[in-house]
Amino acid sequence: MNYISWQMLTGDRAKYIGLIFAIAFATFLMSHQVSIFCGLMNRTTSQIDDVEDAPVWVMDSKTQYVDETKALTDQDLFRVRGVEGVDWAVPLFKGTSRAKAPDGRFRGVILMGFDDATLVGVPQRMLMGSWEALRNPQTMAVDRAGYEYFFPGEPLRLGRTLDMNDHTVKIGAIVDSSAPFVNLPVFYTRYSQAIRYVGQERNQMSFVLVKGKPGLSDEEVARRITSATGLKATTRNAFGWETIWYYIANTGIPINFGITVAIALVVGTVVAGQTFYLFTLENLKQFGALKAIGVTNWRIVGMILLQALIVGAIGYGLGIAMTAAFFEATKDNLDLRGFRLLPEIMLGTGGAVLMIIVLASIVSVRRVVVLEPAVVFRG
Amino acid sequence: MNEQAIVCRSVLKNFGSGDNVVRVLRGVDLDVNYGEMTFLVGPSGCGKTTLLSVIAGLLNLSGGDLAVLGTKVAELRNGRAVLFRRQNLGFVFQQFNLLPSLTAAENAAVPLMAAGWDRKKAVAKAKELLADLGLGERMDARPNELSGGQQQRVAFARALVHEPRLVVCDEPTSALDAETGQHVMELLRRIAVRPDRAVLVVTHDSRIYPFADRIAHMNDGLVTKVEKN
Repeated sequence: MNYISWQMLTGDRAKYIGLIFAIAFATFLMSHQVSIFCGLMNRTTSQIDDVEDAPVWVMDSKTQYVDETKALTDQDLFRVRGVEGVDWAVPLFKGTSRAKAPDGRFRGVILMGFDDATLVGVPQRMLMGSWEALRNPQTMAVDRAGYEYFFPGEPLRLGRTLDMNDHTVKIGAIVDSSAPFVNLPVFYTRYSQAIRYVGQERNQMSFVLVKGKPGLSDEEVARRITSATGLKATTRNAFGWETIWYYIANTGIPINFGITVAIALVVGTVVAGQTFYLFTLENLKQFGALKAIGVTNWRIVGMILLQALIVGAIGYGLGIAMTAAFFEATKDNLDLRGFRLLPEIMLGTGGAVLMIIVLASIVSVRRVVVLEPAVVFRG
Repeated sequence: MNEQAIVCRSVLKNFGSGDNVVRVLRGVDLDVNYGEMTFLVGPSGCGKTTLLSVIAGLLNLSGGDLAVLGTKVAELRNGRAVLFRRQNLGFVFQQFNLLPSLTAAENAAVPLMAAGWDRKKAVAKAKELLADLGLGERMDARPNELSGGQQQRVAFARALVHEPRLVVCDEPTSALDAETGQHVMELLRRIAVRPDRAVLVVTHDSRIYPFADRIAHMNDGLVTKVEKN
């Protein structure tokens, strides 16, 4: 009977393709938009993610997310270092400045300044050069996107110069950093140099990066710092999630993406449901004949669900393939870097598609189950 | 073997309820014998198709006694009734009701597949029967590639492939021209009528009456007369 079910489904080529298209379209929209959304949210934590060697971040007690900070004082740094259980604590600068290329091209940049002595927190993925170069005066590392903005179409090369706040600085390394939320170049330098490249304020320290002593959990170290200093201390992971939730709660991004996903869900369900129902209606006499011949309701329900599952599986596969193809095709586009199709999104979209086909088949199943087989005797 | 394949005694069938009740069968008495082709004839709306549906177990009767192949169908629970139909009844429908996406052989094999047969074996058996019915060249054609007469022959094959003991036919010639109707009835009589099987045909096509062994006349929800042909 599975064979009959399959033949009935594929026999009406137009509806069969229409059903697959509806599911594939809904799958593509849902998986693509959720991927972009997750990628965007992931971008909000890119500067946190790239600091891999400091598990605890300390900041002003009112800080809500990584992009809005109130400067700490040197005294704060010393107090953190004095907390029982802290192995080391170093300053981190995160701010914005403006850089200018020799040809006059300029742009705002995200500037990260790391502890002069240890360079704790520098991103680990180097494309060219070494972090040791940052120990040289007036030298910085830039991310690839920044390099390609200031020197478009030119091969990666160290030693080129940029102007920052009337300082000529040399590119000593090129980094493959995570894409930031705002699509600005990210520059890395030592803490002492970073504060020279931005406008003068009395205090410049954005964060203190901390590592606890062996045997202490990061959460415990963070708790002790908060307790001893009154500053906010949190683990790297928790700070990342705080930042993501800040953007979710305080921007229209999730609503915007949510509406698109909801539309995909509704349109997919309605179009698939309507097409599937029409398909069932047109086959009603055939289903009636099968019931008269002695095919049970359960078997017929199984046939309809099998048809729905086949359509769902093919449509889902096509939709996911389209999404994967999109991200594969755009993976080298710097503006779209970091966006990708996560397995969790594939699973979630699969669940949504399952819901679509179940909803789409419920009406059809009901129509066939209540169908009197005697209908086949009515000409 | 009991000589009567079907025994109807005071069979009632009502539709609706209360003031809106419509009494379609008003106490039908009818015997259908094994080894015979019995025609159920009468004017439109007299209850022929309803009686056929009740006998085939597609509609529940509202009253009276009905034994089909020695079984009181009304006493069978739903699943058993479906199984009873699958094992013992063959159906021929007015509009053929072949599955358009299946070949002639696959259509004819549907009752066997419904009974759990392997598809290849079922189709092979259906092909033997289709060859007997003169469709040896058209077994792999789909219904829309067949003439009306050929489609009805496929429907006959579907009704007979699982060797049922009762074959019920609803207006088997109404969608066919006169000549084709005669041919398919000759064929039906040749292959369907056997000593251990009864064939019940609902028709209002008087041109095919000569093929009947017995003709039951219905009028206004009652069998008014049974003639031996």
